[in-house]
Amino acid sequence: MHRRGKNLKASLFITCIADLMYADVGKSVVSVLKRSGVELDFPEGQTCCGQPAFSSGYYKDTAIVAKKIIDVFENSEMVVIPSGSCAAMIHHGYPILFKDDPIWRKKAKDFVEKTYEFSQFIVDILGITDVGAVFPQKVTYHSSCHMTRILGVEEQPKILLQNVKGIDFIELPYSFDCCGFGGTFSMKMADISAEIVEEKVNHIISTGADVLVGSDLTCLMNISGRINRRGIPIKTMHLAQVLDQRGEKHAF
Amino acid sequence: MHFEPSFHKRYHKALRDQAMIKAVKLGTGRLRGQRATAVEAVGKERWMEFRDRAEAIRLHVIQHLDQYLEQLVDNVLKKGGHVCLAKTGEEAVQYITSLAKKKNAKAIIKSKSMVSEEIHLNPALEKEGCNVIESDLGEWIIQLAGETPSHIIAPAMHKNRLQVAELFNAVSEEKLSTEIADLCGFARKHLREKFLGIDIGITGCNFAIADSGAITLCTNEGNARIISALSPTLVTIMGMERILPSIDDLAVMLSLLARSATGQKLTVYNTLSTGVRNEEELDGPQEFHLVIVDNGRSKLLGTKYEKVLNCIRCGSCLNACPVYRNIGGHAYGWVYPGPIGAVLSPLYQGIDKFGELAYATTLCGACTFACPVKIPLHDMLYALRNDKVELEKKGELAEDIAYKGWSAVFATMSRYRFSVRMARRFQFPLVKAGKIAYGPPPISEWLKHRDMPALPDQFFHEIWPNLHQDRKE
Repeated sequence: MHRRGKNLKASLFITCIADLMYADVGKSVVSVLKRSGVELDFPEGQTCCGQPAFSSGYYKDTAIVAKKIIDVFENSEMVVIPSGSCAAMIHHGYPILFKDDPIWRKKAKDFVEKTYEFSQFIVDILGITDVGAVFPQKVTYHSSCHMTRILGVEEQPKILLQNVKGIDFIELPYSFDCCGFGGTFSMKMADISAEIVEEKVNHIISTGADVLVGSDLTCLMNISGRINRRGIPIKTMHLAQVLDQRGEKHAF
Repeated sequence: MHFEPSFHKRYHKALRDQAMIKAVKLGTGRLRGQRATAVEAVGKERWMEFRDRAEAIRLHVIQHLDQYLEQLVDNVLKKGGHVCLAKTGEEAVQYITSLAKKKNAKAIIKSKSMVSEEIHLNPALEKEGCNVIESDLGEWIIQLAGETPSHIIAPAMHKNRLQVAELFNAVSEEKLSTEIADLCGFARKHLREKFLGIDIGITGCNFAIADSGAITLCTNEGNARIISALSPTLVTIMGMERILPSIDDLAVMLSLLARSATGQKLTVYNTLSTGVRNEEELDGPQEFHLVIVDNGRSKLLGTKYEKVLNCIRCGSCLNACPVYRNIGGHAYGWVYPGPIGAVLSPLYQGIDKFGELAYATTLCGACTFACPVKIPLHDMLYALRNDKVELEKKGELAEDIAYKGWSAVFATMSRYRFSVRMARRFQFPLVKAGKIAYGPPPISEWLKHRDMPALPDQFFHEIWPNLHQDRKE
């Protein structure tokens, strides 16, 4: 088991979606972890966890990329990922990919054991439940499927949110229902996916919240994509962005 | 019914049927709400223990299926029953139709059996001149409509009461209202009369008990109990995996089945029947036939899909599934819909015919967590996708090439960074006000319903050196 407490060393696996589409989320992740006393590095060579290919059934192509990722973080003490589904991919998918390869199975196991989702790392490893954020807004939270069901991280993001100063946290009805993204499902079966995200958006509207928070950028891209298409004035934010708010001086 | 081979066409047809979708959302919403309340009442931890026990029982049975089948068959024979071990659906159908012929049976009444749907029993009996009546309310509704079940435990979930009233009015002498109580009253009266002149009764089987040869029937309407009591000749059809070692195991399974299916503590009528009536008994059949159907099940033994045989057909994965809730059951194309159907259909009927169903899921995992016997349904859906890719190498050429390219780019940082910079530089014809406004498929499919942000001016890996600099100061 890893050392717990503050002043730890960790490596950031930013994930391809945050790297390419949401650099601001990455900035907030760095800022929150830095404030929490983590010495962070960003190993060169990281790309994607492999989830798109894995979910499409292309295990061999996934394994090529997964091996690369395992190598990149080989010397890291711990790895933090600001994405529930990417962390779940590593925890659940990598052992499946390498089940028949004793060498890589061992390497994957070591990687899995030191890899944590962002909120899980803060609450379970750093032992912090209040990062000192101030955010006087009406907020609701979508529980992403892979983060809750596969990774088993359910309460940590909510604990962190509820300890944000000034926040008005409202539970989202059917919070655990899928948003309809499902990777390529959202494009292969776009019309079914649209019905599912529509339900999610209607639940979000019913809370009266001004901000939807999540821990998975692909879910947020899907939900915000629908919210924006409908022209609804609800902002979507990654948990790290909320935890990075310091009140009026640094208003979002 | 005409079979439309394209899942794409089937679900689009479903999405257009507003009345059906509304009924399915209402039905699944009610069932999963009731299940959630039941689980909460038991307590989450105890519920998990229950599931662990149920899983262990089912796994044990599946791993020793040959022994338990032998024991079951022995006990049924000992109690004066007949047994047919049918390798295929056709064999099972042939056994039952010849029995009907031999008995010169005209009136056949059935209780709910998904296996009988699987082997297409009704049309075969009707061809022999038998009048087959479904006595389960939902099954009777869809029989009148000439349809197949759209849900494992609520076969007529896709119909609303107005549609049911219309179907009932076609067979009723007096005009019925559209009130649910009136409609149920009519069904009860109409079906009750049919029970009196049975030649052959046919039931499904929730669990067969190996050490006693007893058949367990669970219904909320009592119809299976009436059939097992009143039929001179009784036929029970079961999938070969639906066995429990002893009656002790039934306690766990019955409480999980009812809670998972409808949120009830126990199904209303739980009947254990040991076949032929003996001299002291007042009712029960004079002749009993147990038809045990393989039809693709045994070929799953010992494979990575073996655990799917744990299934007790509670239907809770259907209610949990966001895809099922939005397209209903018929779009899945075969007898078992929802996540369990998306796994069973390609396994039983061929990946070439039903492999597409492995993609009819967001992989959200809700099915796996709803399953009372812990079948890793979403893992199996991943595995089926992998099987499909491996089997059909050239199945979807564009996708094969795309993932070859993807792995080549994403396994090398310099290629990755070069490619994404190129994408950012050349995305401008598609971008309008910071959003992707047009795109080729599959992006165009996304854009039908949702916005997509354009690639921003800076990638995270480009700003990291500055962030890192700040940190050092």
